[in-house]
Amino acid sequence: MSTDNIKFSKEELARYDRHIIIPEFGLEAQKKLKAAKVLVIGSGGLGSPVLLYLAAAGVGTIGIVDFDVVDDSNLQRQVLFGVDEVGRLKAEAARDRLEALNPYIDIVVHNTMLTSENALNIIQQYDVVADGTDNFPTRYLVNDASVLLGKPNVYASIFQFEGQVSVFNYRNENGELGPNYRDLYPTPPPPGLVPSCAEGGVLGVLPGIIGSLQALEVIKVVTGVGDLLNGRFYIFDALTFESRTFKIKRNPANPLNGTNPTIKELIDYEQFCGLKTVEKTTVKEVTVKELYDLQVKGEPFQLIDVREPHEYEIVNIGAELIPLATVAANAGRIAKDKKVIVHCKVGGRSAKAIQELQDKFGFDNLYNLKGGILAYIDEVQPELTKY
Amino acid sequence: MATVIIPTPLRKFTNNTARLNIRAGSVQDIVNDLSFNFPELKRHLLDENGKIRSFVNVFVGDDDIRDLQNEHTSVKEDSVISIVPAIAGGNL
Repeated sequence: MSTDNIKFSKEELARYDRHIIIPEFGLEAQKKLKAAKVLVIGSGGLGSPVLLYLAAAGVGTIGIVDFDVVDDSNLQRQVLFGVDEVGRLKAEAARDRLEALNPYIDIVVHNTMLTSENALNIIQQYDVVADGTDNFPTRYLVNDASVLLGKPNVYASIFQFEGQVSVFNYRNENGELGPNYRDLYPTPPPPGLVPSCAEGGVLGVLPGIIGSLQALEVIKVVTGVGDLLNGRFYIFDALTFESRTFKIKRNPANPLNGTNPTIKELIDYEQFCGLKTVEKTTVKEVTVKELYDLQVKGEPFQLIDVREPHEYEIVNIGAELIPLATVAANAGRIAKDKKVIVHCKVGGRSAKAIQELQDKFGFDNLYNLKGGILAYIDEVQPELTKY
Repeated sequence: MATVIIPTPLRKFTNNTARLNIRAGSVQDIVNDLSFNFPELKRHLLDENGKIRSFVNVFVGDDDIRDLQNEHTSVKEDSVISIVPAIAGGNL
């Protein structure tokens, strides 16, 4: 990347002074930051510190991909946003915050979900990708698109008290390409085995720590300063305050860029992660509106909540509580002669409960509440507490 | 005895123990020991065929056992074995 045409105004030089006076960094690295185009995928827990630090550091063009809106439950960790932004599109609220932080850079908003259809078009406009998404299908999508386009992918992921960071698909000065996510984890967990942060939770400060490390590696990739996490995999345990860095290598069996590649274009990542077969085809669903209609008409049905007791205590909609781990033991409490609607927080655990009950006991009258109790609160009882 | 570090998401299956000391000569011995003592953990570590799941990485020291001898990788008295499952959180 040429930095010959990169110039700084007096105001910019003053702003970036603490970078420029570091001998190993200097004006040349600052120019590289200004010339760089970085795409941050997800402007949530990880995206917040990544975007704030990259904008403050002077990355010249920052793209933000997010389709979500700011929710009260985001503010415990998504430090880009405040109370005034609740209800706004995240990507737009983030842009406004970053423009206020640094008026000398360009922010590009991609207010969309990243999909197999649009990923290549979006990512090819950038030099570096920072993946801060929240689900396995998008992780593999970002990875594959980055590999197909030859872009380095600075990866970070968090869950509860655990964080991971690496730099994938980086070509070093000798032209050697480093490993990518499929070398580290060839296949994703089956649905339901690993809960998402929405179900399992995350300590609010953790994405601040891990996202800052991710921003650090983005800056190092762009500037060439220091030793990257290329070919290394860092993990942080917030409970024991231990971190470890492992060596990782390319796997000749990698279907993307191993010795015999079989994936040459983006695939259906929901199917790859098993979401379609397990949750979308074999578990019947009802919408919140259909549940509400049943309630209004007073038709007989049973409502079951498979969340944990502490979640039930925060908010419930009068369902019988049978936590997911105990559904099989309590199958006798579940009606077979009428419609049974099963719900959890957002719909993942209830789908799993239904699957288990169908497989083990042959139920055919179970329906998953689409969107879970959160959707019910949004559409029917907004006065209830969301978490 | 070798030290096995259990990741935070799986500690609920090891009575919240982060580090276990296990007498073992290989990674397979460790997997067997964990499966025997913590049956609930087994489902998360091994697939139906008893192989370590592809989204659960095992490192002996700094090295991925897939770059060594997989389950047959030898383990010494002072080895530190890390179990690192895939996690995907970040945006929510």
